[in-house]
Parts: sequence; structure tokens; C-alpha cells
Amino acid sequence: MELIINGEVIRVPEHVQTVDGLLAHFQLNHKIAIVELNGNIIQKQEYQATALCNGDRVEIVHFVGGG
Amino acid sequence: MSERYSRQELFAPIGKEGQAKISAKHVLIIGAGALGTGNAEALVRAGVGKLTIVDRDYVEWSNLQRQQLYSEDDAQKRLPKAVAAKQRLDRVNSEVVIEAIVSDANVEELENIVQKTKPDIIIDATDNFETRMIINDVACKYRIPWIYGACVGSYGISYAFLPGKTPCFNCLLETVPIGGLTCDTAGIISPAVQMVVAYQVAEALKLLVEDEQSLRGKLVSFDLWSNQHSAIRVDQVKKEDCPSCGTNATYPYLSYEMQTKTAVLCGRNSVQIRPAMKKEYDLQQLADLFANQGLPIEINPYLVSVAIGEQRLVVFRDGRALIHGTKDIQEAKTIYHRYLG
Repeated sequence: MELIINGEVIRVPEHVQTVDGLLAHFQLNHKIAIVELNGNIIQKQEYQATALCNGDRVEIVHFVGGG
Repeated sequence: MSERYSRQELFAPIGKEGQAKISAKHVLIIGAGALGTGNAEALVRAGVGKLTIVDRDYVEWSNLQRQQLYSEDDAQKRLPKAVAAKQRLDRVNSEVVIEAIVSDANVEELENIVQKTKPDIIIDATDNFETRMIINDVACKYRIPWIYGACVGSYGISYAFLPGKTPCFNCLLETVPIGGLTCDTAGIISPAVQMVVAYQVAEALKLLVEDEQSLRGKLVSFDLWSNQHSAIRVDQVKKEDCPSCGTNATYPYLSYEMQTKTAVLCGRNSVQIRPAMKKEYDLQQLADLFANQGLPIEINPYLVSVAIGEQRLVVFRDGRALIHGTKDIQEAKTIYHRYLG
């Protein structure tokens, strides 16, 4: 399916179905991130249960510690 | 001298009135690395009244690529970063009172500094999540705005936290992440630093001139190499039951139990570092990360050992670490946070 991730149209593989899967696809599943789906922030405990649909707008910001 | 801030005063949202406010304010910067030196230089040039900068480390050659206040001379002399920063900042703007504190920004030290110097804002320029959680609790407890900034590789992130108004760092993270990439494991390019500094200083100036309504209010991140940018309004993440900023806040990261424990191991020229919370490291992943930098490693099912110059860092699966080759707790902590985040 195609998603609009951080403002860019990105095609993700078929097996990516949920927010959890999307984070794993981008290797962000071991990091702490804030995920916004169509304007709403998804709670961390909801990542697995939140399904993605073609055309969804996703914003992802992950935290880093360097400085 | 009156010319000095003329271009900043010409900028309408600041003006002469804003400049007067800036010159009456005190900013505390935690960390004098890449973000710390960038923020410090910008704020000192902008004419902040007083600036306090805290750092436990000394200047090394590998800092010079991005830590803008330091010179080869500082690295040669291994000057403490806070001291070298003050020397340079005094020459940049002698009107600003600059206080350099060579110290580890632990709970006791931070609470002391905040109680004594009453900063108007705190700028985060640290290199680890644990210290940020401490800054967050101190900021919540004493109701001081603080500006998060962090970067690694070509990626950066920033947000201005206002106690009582925005969610806090603990609301957003809920837990301290383990084993993240650091500038010493994944590298860092200076434009990523400068971009974060720009976001932090812009928000700091808005706060200093008391123009809160102009604050961005969004968690912002970017990647300058893969050309991405994202910003999320995080107001709705504020939690009423947050232990750091909620109605019954207990400031957990200020308690003894939540602090990293250190001990010098007598007769072994080693320091032990035990994180407050047990972690679960993937030792192979950690070993690969070290090996990628060409560091000599040894691994067995219980620990990873890596040689870093004269020292050796040994990490156990639960996050406990031994730093051999030093009796200096500050030095050991520096190595720990550099390689483990």
C-alpha cells in the first residue's frame, strides 16, 4: 500500500499492516517514537492494534539521545 | 556598544523592549558539547544577561569537527569544556556574565544550581536520556521551561517543554530508552548539530522576550541526509497521572533509587556503573556496533568487552558496566554514555 509518511508518498510492502509493522519496517521498533496517524497521536500500547489503510497520512518522530 | 544588538532590535518581534528583557535573563545550559557550544555562542552573541554552562568532560581532538567554541590549543591542553567555553565566550561578548561549572549534572548538582541561580530557562545539550529525565523532573519541580535538543548522524529533534502547559519529557517517552545510537557510535555531521541549535535558540529567544504564543508547540525532527522533515503537535500526550508533571507528581528521577550508581573498585583501577533500571542488552548487536567502528571486542554469553584507547569497557547483559583503566567516576560516566547512550 501507499502511505504519506512525513509528507512523502512511500510504498510499503504488503506485510506492513499496522503501526507496529510500519515501525519495524523502518527499524524504529526498538526506539521510542511519537506516531501521528491522520492527525491523531497513537498511544504506544495501540501500535499493534492500529491498522493502516492505503493513503493514510503518517508522521513519525523518533527520539535520539546524542548531542 | 549600542550598535551591538541593533540588527536584533530591528527585528520587530524582539525590538528594544525585547532586547532589554533578553539582557535581564539567565540561561542554564547543561552540557558543553556540540549543542552546548552552539547554543551558548548564539545566546551570548544575542546578549543574554547571564549564562551558566555545566559540563564534566574535557576537550579532545574528536570534538573540534563540530564543537564550535574549541580550538586545537584547548584539545592539546585537555581543558575542561566548561572552562574552555567560558574563555572563548568572554572574548565573544564581555557584557555577559558567564559562569562555568566543571561538574557532572547529577540530581544533587542540578537541584543545587537551580535553587542557587534560579535560571529563567534551561537548555538541554546533554548526550543521554537519563540526564534529560533528571532535567525534566527538576524543570517540572521548579517550574522552569526547558528546551530539548538531540542529534545523531544527520538526524535531529527538538521541543520546548513548558511546565504546567505542555506535556513533559516523561509524558512523551514513558521510559528511558536503552542502547540508542550515540554520536560516538553512529557519528554526527555538524549541520545536524547546527539545525538543532537553530531550533533551540529560536525557542529560547521567544521565551526570553516572553512571546510564548510564537512558540512552535510541535515536536520537530529532520534528517538532512535523507531529506526528511516531520513535526507533530503533541499537546494531547500530556498525562494527568504523569509521575513527573501530573497532579500528584513525585519527580521519580530525582529519587535515589532511580539514579545510576557508581563505585570505584579498590585496587582494580576500575569503576563500576550500575543503571537504576535493569536493561536487557542484545550483546551481539552491541558487539557489532563496536566492531563497526574498528574497536577490538571480545564477547561471551554474559558480557561484551571493548578496548577504547587506554580504557576497557565491559558491558553485562543487564546494563551493568565496568570501565577498566580509570579510577575517575566522571571519566567512566563519560565513556559509558558515549558508547551506550
